[in-house]
Amino acid sequence: MNDNPPIHPARADLWQQLRRMTPARIALGHAGTSLPTRAQLDFQFAHAQARDAVHLSLDSEALAGELGGNCLLLHSAATDRQTYLQRPDLGRRLDDTSRAVLLQEGNASRDCDLAVVIADGLSALAVQRHAAPLLRQLAERCAAQGLRLSQPCLVQQGRVAVADEIGELLGARASLILIGERPGLSSPDSLGAYLTFAPRVGLTDAARNCVSNIRAAGLSYPLAAHRLHYLLSEALRRGLSGVDLKDESELNSLPGQGQAGAGNFLIGPVSTP
Amino acid sequence: MPRFQHSVGGTRWQFDSLRELMAKASPARSGDHLAGLAAASDAQRVAAQMALAELPLKHFLDEALIPYEADEVTRLIIDQHDAAAFTAVSHLSVGDFRDWLLSEQADGAALAALAPGLTPEMVAAVSKLMRIQDLVLVARKVRVISRFRNTLGLRGRMATRLQPNHPTDDAGGVAASIFDGLLYGNGDAVIGLNPATDSLNGICELLHMLDAVIQRYEIPTQSCVLTHVTTSIEAINRGAPLDLVFQSIAGSEAANASFGVSLALLQEGYEAGLSQQRGTLGDNLMYFETGQGSALSANAHHGVDQQTCEARAYGVARTFKPLLVNSVVGFIGPEYLYNGKQIIRAGLEDHFCAKLLGVPMGCDICYTNHAEADQDDMDVLLTLLGSAGVNFIMGIPGSDDVMLNYQSTSFHDALYLRQVLGLRPAPEFEQWLERMNILRQDGNGLRLAEELPAPLRNALANARS
Repeated sequence: MNDNPPIHPARADLWQQLRRMTPARIALGHAGTSLPTRAQLDFQFAHAQARDAVHLSLDSEALAGELGGNCLLLHSAATDRQTYLQRPDLGRRLDDTSRAVLLQEGNASRDCDLAVVIADGLSALAVQRHAAPLLRQLAERCAAQGLRLSQPCLVQQGRVAVADEIGELLGARASLILIGERPGLSSPDSLGAYLTFAPRVGLTDAARNCVSNIRAAGLSYPLAAHRLHYLLSEALRRGLSGVDLKDESELNSLPGQGQAGAGNFLIGPVSTP
Repeated sequence: MPRFQHSVGGTRWQFDSLRELMAKASPARSGDHLAGLAAASDAQRVAAQMALAELPLKHFLDEALIPYEADEVTRLIIDQHDAAAFTAVSHLSVGDFRDWLLSEQADGAALAALAPGLTPEMVAAVSKLMRIQDLVLVARKVRVISRFRNTLGLRGRMATRLQPNHPTDDAGGVAASIFDGLLYGNGDAVIGLNPATDSLNGICELLHMLDAVIQRYEIPTQSCVLTHVTTSIEAINRGAPLDLVFQSIAGSEAANASFGVSLALLQEGYEAGLSQQRGTLGDNLMYFETGQGSALSANAHHGVDQQTCEARAYGVARTFKPLLVNSVVGFIGPEYLYNGKQIIRAGLEDHFCAKLLGVPMGCDICYTNHAEADQDDMDVLLTLLGSAGVNFIMGIPGSDDVMLNYQSTSFHDALYLRQVLGLRPAPEFEQWLERMNILRQDGNGLRLAEELPAPLRNALANARS
């Protein structure tokens, strides 16, 4: 008598319920000892999305429209994506044309409190999705305090430090750059924000404060705007940014976060207080 | 007058320094271009390799690539050089050294005896003359064995680091990935977590958690929370159960300074680890990570090509008798290693150089989403490193590190390599897997258990409650 072949040649794992405890790709099952087709293709799709996010170009004009016009459209010294990926030094500087544009059309922004820069970075998708709504929330908080923001400077092929040059040319007290972070498989659209006091060419990351992981499944716009506004206020008040400026706003993060998970179930039953 | 020259194809190629000769002889990679050190043409690269092939090996003892006075890593390399061990090859040129390494004379015993006589620059130089098959064949002859609670590096075996990272270090989330990894037979090299936090309290909690898991299930392995060496020392002072002392290191004093470490600080961390006496089979307890491009990214490369800088990091590593060392080869980014081809070669160079220097080398076979690389490239490097006798690889759920945002080898990938090359886990861990009825040899293949072992079934019930 022959056994009937199993309907599904791949085997599911018996610990499916653990998947709710982590975004990690656990309990994928196995075909032989290899990845089953379903999990294999899910991975390939996530990778494809992340790759597309890296290579998608920033639609500066659409973003400018969303921001209500009056933006400066700039480009870094990295001419294209291939150059950008291999030459971080070029992505940190404006090209000559953009420098001229900034000096000619940026008059309205001279000596502002905050130079606002938006750059594609490694995910134009993140910028396209999150930059405008986040900036709106931040601008409201700044306006309430009477802070003067520059026209938004939209930079293609830009890295974080390009905001140093822009801030310096505008004579801004501080600069903020919203930039697409390196896409992860599960997070192709994660936005980062870097704040720098007294921006000038040649600063390192030690001079900046970073708020990262701004996206739907990560840090919300209100909380990100809250933290950035806190950091900006403190940077302007104390005249510094970077390692000496701690993000103490985290102490009063949004209620509901940090709810207890199931704990380390590998060691004894979870004691519920 | 140029110090090194070579005539070929009707052209006389000239190189002004040993540093320049080494850089121009390096197989192409984006980091050397970024640094302005790479050969200007393919012909210049091969001419440099020809000139390098004629250079006597002992020249590296006379001319330091980074000055002795300016760099403590150079001083370490020169001061610890074992002239007696070197005599076996001291008469050879770099090119003849390649031939000798490939010859039957260079067996495992000869290579082990030679290791203290080699400098990182010598092994970097010869690697530049080698094809991938040479890097595999020679590395395969060398076994570097290390021990803490199990035996790693034996011939015919390969271990995995179970890497249960979670974006917020949530205990349940970390436990879920450990559960998954153990049931796929991973974790003999270490259960090693990259924490999202850098707070000492958080690190200590994680150390207690990993230690409790290892003790509860009597797993013959060790744990590590990959945090700065100073944090590990503080955790030890607080009485946290710390098995392995981790640190990222690089090949120059200035690059190490950018990581906030020095040789003296590494020594302090090593001694703090030894004071705990937590190893049962041995006291190899340092865990180092390295990677091509780290010196350049810290602007601390002194005009030395990135592959040679990387080999110098192994000179640092071997001083502290580590349990585990791995290059994070594709992690540092496409500005250093642009695509799959460059990552594959670099991974094999790193493994080869480390093994010749006597370092228990593994590899984080990995890439980021902005590199021109994919899973096929990783399969190639994985298979080649398995053939080359790599000590350990990473095991990450579904290849997707949800904390560090990059892709490495999965729990399943390790089983693939075991199936194809017959590589077995560390013997003590293999026995545990059999005892737990998790993974067993089935004819020529491997078979995962169809039922959960009782202790883990109970744990799952806890998770349900």
